[in-house]
Amino acid sequence: MSCIDEMKYEVLLSQCSFKEAREYIRAKFKEVVEVPPGYRIFDTFLIGVPPLLVGIDGDDVIIPYTKPCYGTYVMRIAGGDEIEKLRAKKR
Amino acid sequence: MERSGEEGRGTRSGRKVLILLGCPEVPVQTSIALYLSFRLRRRGDDVVVAGTGAALQLAKLADPEGHYLSGTMNIDRCIASISEGERDFDLCFAFAHSDAGVTYAGTVSYISDAELYLLLFGRGAEDLAETVEFDCRKLVAKAVHNPAPLKKLIDEVID
Repeated sequence: MSCIDEMKYEVLLSQCSFKEAREYIRAKFKEVVEVPPGYRIFDTFLIGVPPLLVGIDGDDVIIPYTKPCYGTYVMRIAGGDEIEKLRAKKR
Repeated sequence: MERSGEEGRGTRSGRKVLILLGCPEVPVQTSIALYLSFRLRRRGDDVVVAGTGAALQLAKLADPEGHYLSGTMNIDRCIASISEGERDFDLCFAFAHSDAGVTYAGTVSYISDAELYLLLFGRGAEDLAETVEFDCRKLVAKAVHNPAPLKKLIDEVID
């Protein structure tokens, strides 16, 4: 079980395609960072086909989270230190 | 008679191959994965099979003495180890019958230097193939219960 499964999160979109998750994050959040596939966040390595977008909304991060048997979810999680790491990627 | 297991293996090729399993809900996957591993090991490749706990359990139970499977690992641990630069492969055969399977394969295409073969199967195989946006060689068969179409495609690409 990855750390994300053990964290407090809110599911914004469930069992969608990766592309739907990407478009949702792009459309709904003003601050979006593109990360490479396999990007490590909360000790989880993100699954996705470029462009893999992560949203920042206040103190939260918005991530696509893909599971082999359930498809892709869009999840809101308290960002903590991850927000600065993401913003640093934009600089 | 063709022999399986260690005795049936050819000279080691030094080639490292990853078989990336998807969700095991479509019956042909386990059968084809065992066959593919057998073919690769017979020509001397080192094969690692990565999948979910359920996908690996199905395969391992069918091969209790490890004649067809050698190394196995959790799919997310496999992605992590490639992403972190701890390991990589020369070839990858990724199974996909859903968008999630294609997404995992797309991740491998980005993080790994492996030549990627994408086995697309299931009832929606052809439509799924049209969604693939990354470099790979697609092997497409509308196979659900009958593994023969996928076996034929595999036989065409493995010498």
